[in-house]
Amino acid sequence: MTGTFLGMPTAPRGVGHLRGAEPFPAAARRALADSQLRRNLAKATSTIRAKRAAVVAELPDWEDLRAAGQAIRTHAMTHLDHYLVQLEEQVTSRGGVVHWARDAAEANRLITGLVRQAGAAEVVKVKSIVTDEIGLNDALAAAGITAHETDLAELIVQLGHDRPSHILVPAIHRNRAEIREIFLREMAGVDPGLTDSPAALTAAARGYLRRRFLSARVGISGANFAVAETGTLCVVESEGNGRMCLTLPETLITVMGIEKVIPSWRDLEVFLQLLPRSSTGERMNPYTSMWTGITPGDGPQHVHLVLLDNGRTAALADETGRQALHCIRCSACLNVCPVYERVGGHAYGSVYPGPIGAILSPQLTGVEDNASLPYASSLCGACYQVCPVKIDIPSVLVHLRARHVEQAAAARRMPAPEAVTMAAAAWVMASPRRWAATQRASRVGRLAGRGDRIRWLPPPLSGWTAARDAPAPPAQTFRQWWKARNGGTA
Amino acid sequence: MTFSAGRLGKAVRVALFVTCLADTLFPEAGKATVRLLERLGHRVEFPLAQTCCGQMHVNTGYVGEALPLVRRYVEVFAGFEAIVVPSSSCTGSVRHQHAMVARRCGDKALAARAGAVAARTWELSQFLTEVLGVEDVDAYYPHRVTYHPTCHSLRMLGVGEAPLRLLRRVRGLTLAELPDAETCCGFGGTFALKNAEVSTAMLADKMRNVLATGAEVCTAGDSSCLMHIGGGLSRLRTGVRTVHLAEILASTQENP
Repeated sequence: MTGTFLGMPTAPRGVGHLRGAEPFPAAARRALADSQLRRNLAKATSTIRAKRAAVVAELPDWEDLRAAGQAIRTHAMTHLDHYLVQLEEQVTSRGGVVHWARDAAEANRLITGLVRQAGAAEVVKVKSIVTDEIGLNDALAAAGITAHETDLAELIVQLGHDRPSHILVPAIHRNRAEIREIFLREMAGVDPGLTDSPAALTAAARGYLRRRFLSARVGISGANFAVAETGTLCVVESEGNGRMCLTLPETLITVMGIEKVIPSWRDLEVFLQLLPRSSTGERMNPYTSMWTGITPGDGPQHVHLVLLDNGRTAALADETGRQALHCIRCSACLNVCPVYERVGGHAYGSVYPGPIGAILSPQLTGVEDNASLPYASSLCGACYQVCPVKIDIPSVLVHLRARHVEQAAAARRMPAPEAVTMAAAAWVMASPRRWAATQRASRVGRLAGRGDRIRWLPPPLSGWTAARDAPAPPAQTFRQWWKARNGGTA
Repeated sequence: MTFSAGRLGKAVRVALFVTCLADTLFPEAGKATVRLLERLGHRVEFPLAQTCCGQMHVNTGYVGEALPLVRRYVEVFAGFEAIVVPSSSCTGSVRHQHAMVARRCGDKALAARAGAVAARTWELSQFLTEVLGVEDVDAYYPHRVTYHPTCHSLRMLGVGEAPLRLLRRVRGLTLAELPDAETCCGFGGTFALKNAEVSTAMLADKMRNVLATGAEVCTAGDSSCLMHIGGGLSRLRTGVRTVHLAEILASTQENP
């Protein structure tokens, strides 16, 4: 077994939203029983899947684009040390201030300090998963600072005292009727005659948000990309609300994971084609904002960039797992995942749900803190097929399962029942004689069934027979048939 | 790799890797594979030293435990020019996991040998259409059938339309198109036990689509997925049965 370097710090416990309160199967059970959630998810994911498939099919060079995206991301991660320093130099030379945060707690302290320094008690936020990863809103609230989410879906989640459940569509688990109820209950000054038409809901949010855009002195954003060559930061969004936050306040604080860096301006050519088609199923993104340091007299005059590690270096140290850092957060893997479609994002317990979350979250926190996530997949491979940067999610899932088993074995004095079963099965199967003997013994199972079907099996196989019959072992195995047919020879 | 001998109609010496699941629980899939290949004029051998590809171990996280199984597979099948498997999932494990397991366990020599044997390992429908170059296998199966393309056949091996091309040439068979065919049935190996409820929710949708076709038989190239789908169809007494693709292709008017 090649050694996995385990020395890098992972995301700390007790801060942020990378860990669920319960294992995936328990959370999934509740989600499966929520018929409204099931309906909302099935409708939303099937719509977006069809849109994506249609616009991807339009491009004859889609596979070349994917290969280019993968190559650029692989190169950037291989030379991350170089590009991060270059990014810092470029941002600094253009009037920005760069801060390095080793983890969520340090980032929250830094950002809270910057907001205080600006003398603000309120901030407006561009949709940003990384700020949710570190639990920034909670940290700001603890410091007496109110954060206003301005992305429509994030606003719905915030007003509903809810958690986001999708990377791109955080309120995908809500339908229009539920959004109307949340607005009527929580949105100060809303028209009591509000209907659930998309236009009416959007107008209500616009009226509510406009006042906040105009009064905010500090804006906080994430970043989709950071161009090392020029120091340019890029935010990709669909509503224009992000652009308000990026241009109106005096102070702009951008938080980004260190993996978001790309080498050159030209690389955007690839990602700005891959991202909108993969994520929203659009040919071109509606609002693509880019800024480079400070432009005197135009836009924010205090620009900060917080570079966050929070377990990313630990992920980078894993040769197989590091490709999770190539992700450009398009969420195509969520939309095609049959598991995600049935349980939604909350079941994953982390701000990063779905297939990408199942390989990213355990690496950021350490596998032991998200041990059920690598198993939250049937390994069907639909995610790998649509990933715009060709992350082999199924292989990383299998790899993380192996890491979990290794770590669990190292941590226990007595092997777990599953480990005993697996070792026994391997021992049996390593010898054709033992294998044939076990096959003969297993036919005792014929007694458990009537005819050729078994309706009940004891744990751990009871999960199977809860909903499925099991086949009773046949009177003759294949090898017995073969031997009889060929007079005992191979 | 090409087998010009096969394409020219000459006999190919084929080793059958029946898989541990078919050997123990679904021997009919193995027997059908033998009957079919022999009917097409090829000689089938079954090395009795074979056991399991190790996929269950690898996919559950027990890579070290899979190493002896990989070594056994490589040693048992090294001498054959073609190894045929009535399972895309096990073929996928041989093709995409065996060398990885050996590398991860530090055995580079085994990794190289595993890669070479893997290149000669074929899923049945791919072997028929790509290596032997046949689509009409002279089968007869007078039933309404729907075909579920299993995830590993579709996305790991890329068998594409091969099974459908074979089924369309079966006399008497009515092929009913399965809605949402490419969505996973929810089996996923130990996923079906570790996440039994999500697995069941996926199965419910697969069964709904199977029933919508009005087919009597749901077929696929993997006994494992069929065990799952068939287990659900049987539990609900739907009357729809699952049959391995090999059994359909092996059926003839004389020997149905």
